[in-house]
Parts: sequence; C-alpha cells; structure tokens
Amino acid sequence: MRAANINLRWVSPLGFDDPAALVPPAADRDIAGRPGKGLAIRFENTVKSFGERQVIAGLDLEIPAGQFVAIVGRSGGGKTTLLRLLSGLEAPNQGRVLIDDNPVAGLQSSVRLLFQEARLLPWQRVISNVGIARTPGWREAAQAALADVGLADRAHDWPAVLSGGQRQRVALARALINHPGVLLLDEPFGALDALTRQEMHQLVTQIWQTHGFTTVLITHDVREAVTLADRVLVLRDGRIALDLSVPNARPRAAGNAHLAALEAAVLKEV
Amino acid sequence: MTGRSRYLDALIPWLLPVALVAAWETAARLGFLSARVLPALSDVVIAFWHSLRDGTLLHHVAISSRRALYGLLIGGGIGFALGVLTGAVPIAEKLLDTSVQMLRNIPHLAIIPLVILWFGIGEEAKIFLVAIGSLFPIYLNTFHGIRTVDRGLVEMARVYGLSSSALFLRVILPGALPSILVGLRYALGIMWLTLIVSETISASEGIGYMTMNAREFLQTDVVLLGIIVYALLGKLADSATRALEHLALSWHPAYQTKMAVAA
Repeated sequence: MRAANINLRWVSPLGFDDPAALVPPAADRDIAGRPGKGLAIRFENTVKSFGERQVIAGLDLEIPAGQFVAIVGRSGGGKTTLLRLLSGLEAPNQGRVLIDDNPVAGLQSSVRLLFQEARLLPWQRVISNVGIARTPGWREAAQAALADVGLADRAHDWPAVLSGGQRQRVALARALINHPGVLLLDEPFGALDALTRQEMHQLVTQIWQTHGFTTVLITHDVREAVTLADRVLVLRDGRIALDLSVPNARPRAAGNAHLAALEAAVLKEV
Repeated sequence: MTGRSRYLDALIPWLLPVALVAAWETAARLGFLSARVLPALSDVVIAFWHSLRDGTLLHHVAISSRRALYGLLIGGGIGFALGVLTGAVPIAEKLLDTSVQMLRNIPHLAIIPLVILWFGIGEEAKIFLVAIGSLFPIYLNTFHGIRTVDRGLVEMARVYGLSSSALFLRVILPGALPSILVGLRYALGIMWLTLIVSETISASEGIGYMTMNAREFLQTDVVLLGIIVYALLGKLADSATRALEHLALSWHPAYQTKMAVAA
C-alpha cells in the first residue's frame, strides 16, 4: 500500500485541449517505460435509450490505450450506462463501441468491472472469490493478485469478516487476476470512509501504473476525478460537456493549486 | 461468563419439564390419575424397556423411519427440482406455478380416502402421502430462495464469464440454500405429521400401528411411549437439519458468531 514509493515516470500520453486559462505544469511525456497492455476504446455515434429516454445521445469518444479517464456527472447522466456498454452488459441502439478496434458484442473477457459494492460471494473464501472464473492455475494467480492489493494473509477468510475497504480490495484483486486490458470502476470508493478511500486511490494508481490497463472511473467526486485521472470528462444529458486533461505528474499532492483550478473548472460544467 | 453461571444457564430450560414430570409421577403413584388416563412415567419407562428387549420398538421405529425417509426423498426431490425449474426458467414458472399453487392448497390429508383407493393400505400409500406433504414446503422455499438471490452477484458472475452450470452451482444454489433449508425443516414437521396420521388410519407395522394396537388392549403406557418416540424422532430430525445448516452455512455471519460463542 505504499504507492508513493513506486515512482514510475508516467504522464498523460496525449495532450487534450485545455481551457486556455489552465496552464499545465511542465511534464515529462515519456511513456516508453510502461508495460503497454491497455486497450484503446472508441465510441462511434453511440446511442442508448431505455424506452423513451435517451441516456446516451450520440456519443463520439476516443480513449487511447493505457489512459486513466474519469467520468463525472449528475446521477442519471448516463455514466453507468456508458460503463455497461463498455462491459457488454448492454448493447447500443445505434452506433458502435469498439475496444482495440473490435466492436463490443456480448461480455468481454478483456474488460473487468468493479462495482459500487464489492459483490463478493459470501459463501466462498476470499481466494475462491478472487479466482471465481476458475481458469487454470487460478489459485496461484489469485494469491498473487491478493498480494498486489495487500491482502495475501486474508486469502482463507470469509468475506463477512472483512471491512468495506478490504472487500473492495478483494474485488479489485478479482478484477486484476486475468490481466484485463480495460478496467472499469463504477464508483467503487463511494461507500468508503475518507481514509480508506485515500488508501484505495493510492492502490489503484499504483496498480494501474504497474499493469498499464486502460481505466475508466465513474465518480460523483470531482476532486477524486482530478486527483486520479489523466483526463476528466463531464457527461451531461448523454453527451460530453467537458473534456479536460490533467497533465500533473504523479504522485499528486492534495493541495495543488493547478488541480484545484481544474476541479473548479469541472464543477462549473457538472 | 463464569463456569457456575453457565451450568445454571444450561439448567434453566429443564426446570419446568422436570417439575412437571415429578408432579405427574407423584399424582399417578398416589392414585389421583387413573392408569387408563395417564399411567405413571415409570410404567412408560417399563413399557419402553419391554418393547426394546423383545425388539418390537426398534422394528416399528425402523419401519416408520423408512417411510418418512423415502417419502421425504421423493417429495423433497420433486419439490426441489420443480422449484429450481420455476425459479430459474420464467416460462416454466408461467406454465407450472399456477397448477402447483392450486394443488398446494388442497390439504394433503384430505386425499387419504383416494390414496387408499389407489394404493390400498400398503407402504406406497404412506410414502405417497408423506411425499405429497413434504413436496410443497421445499418447492416454495426453493423457488423463493432462487428468486431472491442477489441480482448483483448474478450479474457479477456473468461479467466474470461463469458458464450457466458454474453460475448455478457457485452462485444461485448457495444463495438459495438458506431458504431451501428452511423449507426442509418445515417439510420435516409435515413429514412426521403425515406419517402419524396415515399410520394411525391403516397400518400393520410402524409406531402408529403400535399405538393403535395398544389402544385396543388399553395399554395406555404403550400409547404414551409411541407419542414420546414420535417426539424424539421429530426432535432428532430437526437437530440433524440444524447440524446440516451449520455445515452448509458456515460462511454465514449468523452461524459464525454462534460458533464463536459455543467455542
């Protein structure tokens, strides 16, 4: 859990249009040192409606491989639907969703989703929850994934005896076990207390830096978005209302003035 | 808790039964209670000893237990299979549930005359009645258990690529198990009740026969013995299910705390 000690040189690989007032600090744009296992994501004029209500209204969006994107917006703005389209739980009414240039059709094994709740099977021990798909060699892989999230010693506990933060870490380990190309985070830190949430932020950042998957985080918390992501999108009425890149180097200090300015800019659009 | 107060704690539930039995024995010995109404407990114990020695008690208990077990296995098995089917397949629910609910509302003991016409008074009749009686509680609770499995867990399992059989065995069945076990306990109660009634009406063996036979000869002590044996068998079956619950639901927080207290 000491994310701060791991200092990989990593910043946003692509510069996106910043509001002119926000001058990004000088940043090193070298990404060669990272294991590039992330997959690129593309939405092409995607429309998703539930009955009469259009939740995603003609979305065009490109997310390069390995990027950490945060999507903020009000409830009912289509954030969760966007993740469900990416994971293949929902199919678009129009347009396409592509991962690594392949259209998403049905559930994707390269995409893993972390839910708001941990969704662990209470009747399986922690290690069996992590290796839920029972792929060959799952025990070793699950043990390694648990070590990644700092829970190697809890492998044989029941989920019921873990704290909320520990359960989310187990869920994270479960998502990581098969080395996904895309990790989707559906407000997984919302129910955690402030300290635990900060620990989870460090952990997710650290794991993302080592594994290099593309990450899409959905959150209500604008500060969380600018602290974690390379790029913050505001989703309003099924459309992108703001697309902002966060070029600050990691680890990011909490009181950074540039981050605060970005946060204010995002809040204005939400 | 100190050792002494723990002993006291364990004794408290037994105070009332022991007092009642003592009062009963005294009343019978002093002649306040006629032996035809209620024989002394010591007479029942003697009757128990006699029937144990000549082997009749064990014979009748074995016969009754076999009927109960077969009936439960057949009825419970059908109820479980139907519950899984209607719980998991919406079209099966549409097709079957209304019919099952109609059948369920017939008191199963009301069909005894029909059952005697169909099967006579042999083993089949009793096993059939027990099976019908234990089918519905298990059906209802299996159906309910499967329907109330956390949708979020099912969705998670799908996202993580579980096959249908793995989804059923690792997510749906364990999720429904607490409810299914409630159904099993309920079915056990109905199982004994049905067995007692059907053995009392027509049988040539079994505990019900033993008590009815004793009634003809005014052996109230044997009648009482039969009732006590029924109570013990019922309690035994219930304890067995509770042990099964502990075994199968050891993941459940409620059972973990209980075990921690017991340890």
